[in-house]
Amino acid sequence: MIGVPEPPPSLLRRVEALARNLLPGLLAVVTMIAAAGPTGLPVLAPALTLPQVVFWSIYRPAAMSPPAVFLLGLLLDLLALAPLGSGLLTLLLAHGLALRWRRFLARQGFLLLWLAFCGFAVGAAALGYVLSALLDFALPPLGPALQLAALTACVFPPIALLLGRVHALMLRAEETA
Amino acid sequence: MFRLSIPLRQALSRLTLPVLVAVAFGTMLLGKADALLAERARVLLADALAPFYAAFAEPARAVRETIADLPELLAIREENARLREENERLRRWQSAALALEAENALLRRQLNFVPEAAPSFRTARVVADAGGVYARAVLIALPPDLAVRRGQIALDERGFVGRVTEVGTRSARILLATDMNSRIPVTLEGSRARAMMVGTNGPRPRLQFWAEGTRPAEGERVVTSAEGVAFPAGLPIGVVRYSASGSAEVEMFALLDRLDLVRLFDFGLGGILPPEAVARPEPRARR
Repeated sequence: MIGVPEPPPSLLRRVEALARNLLPGLLAVVTMIAAAGPTGLPVLAPALTLPQVVFWSIYRPAAMSPPAVFLLGLLLDLLALAPLGSGLLTLLLAHGLALRWRRFLARQGFLLLWLAFCGFAVGAAALGYVLSALLDFALPPLGPALQLAALTACVFPPIALLLGRVHALMLRAEETA
Repeated sequence: MFRLSIPLRQALSRLTLPVLVAVAFGTMLLGKADALLAERARVLLADALAPFYAAFAEPARAVRETIADLPELLAIREENARLREENERLRRWQSAALALEAENALLRRQLNFVPEAAPSFRTARVVADAGGVYARAVLIALPPDLAVRRGQIALDERGFVGRVTEVGTRSARILLATDMNSRIPVTLEGSRARAMMVGTNGPRPRLQFWAEGTRPAEGERVVTSAEGVAFPAGLPIGVVRYSASGSAEVEMFALLDRLDLVRLFDFGLGGILPPEAVARPEPRARR
C-alpha cells in the first residue's frame, strides 16, 4: 500500500473522533454543574474540576485544549461564586504545567502521579488565595484554602481511577477502528 | 477553513495558551471593574441551568434523606438488640410464672380447694345523691330488664361503695358505707383480725369492736369479711387511718362523694337486710 494515500476518514469515524475529543470536557461540565447545584456543595466544584483538567492534559491533551480549559474555567468561576477570573487563571496555569510535564508524568506510577497532583492542588489553592486577596484588597481566612487543597488532593484517586477506565476504553475504540 | 502551513499552525497552537492566560487576566480585571457583569452572567447561567437542577433535585433529595436516615437505622439496630434481650428476660419470667401456676394447681388439688365462681356484675349509672331515710345514699337508674335484689353489693372502679337497700322498677337505692346506719364486717388484711366498720355520716367510717390485742395498724388495708354471710371475703374497702382524737377510721378507696358508675355484684348472699326485708332473701339461681 506504499504510495497510496490513506482514504479520508468516513463521516462516522469523524463523528466518533469528535465525540471522543468532546467527552472529557462534557464530563467536567456535568460534574461541575452537579456539584454546584443539587448537592448544595459549591466547594466541591473546583475540587472536582482540577483533577479532570490535569488528568486529561497529561493523558489526552487533544481532548483538553486550552480553549476548552478556558470555557471550563469561566463556567467554574460563575458556578463556584469565586471572583471572576481566578478559577480561570488557575485552571489555565495547571493545564499549561501539566502539558509541559506530561511526558515525564505519564510515565510515573500512580503514587508518584498522586504526589505530583498534590503539588498541583496546593499550588492551585495558594494561587486562588493570593488572587482573591489581591482582588478583594483584603486577606481572606486561610482555612477554606487549606480545606480546598486537601479536598482536591483527596478526590484525585477516585477520579483518576474512573477517568483511567474511560481513557482505556477510548484507546481500545481507537485501536479497533 | 484556512489552509495554514504546519510551522505556522504549531506557532499558533503554542501561542493559544499565553493568549488565553492574558484573556483570563483581562476577565479578572473586567470582573473587578464591573461587578454587576459577573452577577448578570451568573443569573443568566442559573436561569439556563434551572431545568437541569430541577431534574437533579429529586434524586439528590433522596440521597440526602437516606443519609439523614442512617443514624436512625443504627438506632434501630440498637433498639432491636435491647428488645431481644428484654424478650429473653421476659421469657424467663414467663417460665417462672408458668411453673408457679402449675405448682399452685397441684397444691389446690392436694387441699381440695373449692375455687370461687367468678362473680357476675352489672354496671349502672348513679343519677342522684338522694337521701330518703338515709343521710348517705345514692340512687341508681336501672334499665327495665335489669333484675336487682336487695343485698347486692356495689363497688366502683376502686373499691367498696355500699349495699342495695331498696329496689324499684327503674331505680335502686344504695346505702353507702359512710352512712350512720351502715355496719360492715371487715378484716384487717395484715393481722387477719376482724372488726366492724361503722358509718358516721362523715367521710371516714370508724372501726369498732376489734379483738383484744389486735389494734389496727396505721395504713393497713381493710377488706370485707365473710362473717355474717352478707359479703364475700376480700373486697377492698380502704386503709386504716387514725384521726386526731386517736380513733381508728377507714379511708375509703371508693370516691363516695363523686360516684358516676357503680358495679352491682351478685354474690348470692343475703345476710341481714334492712327491716322491710324480714322475709328471707330470695335465693339466687345456682350456677
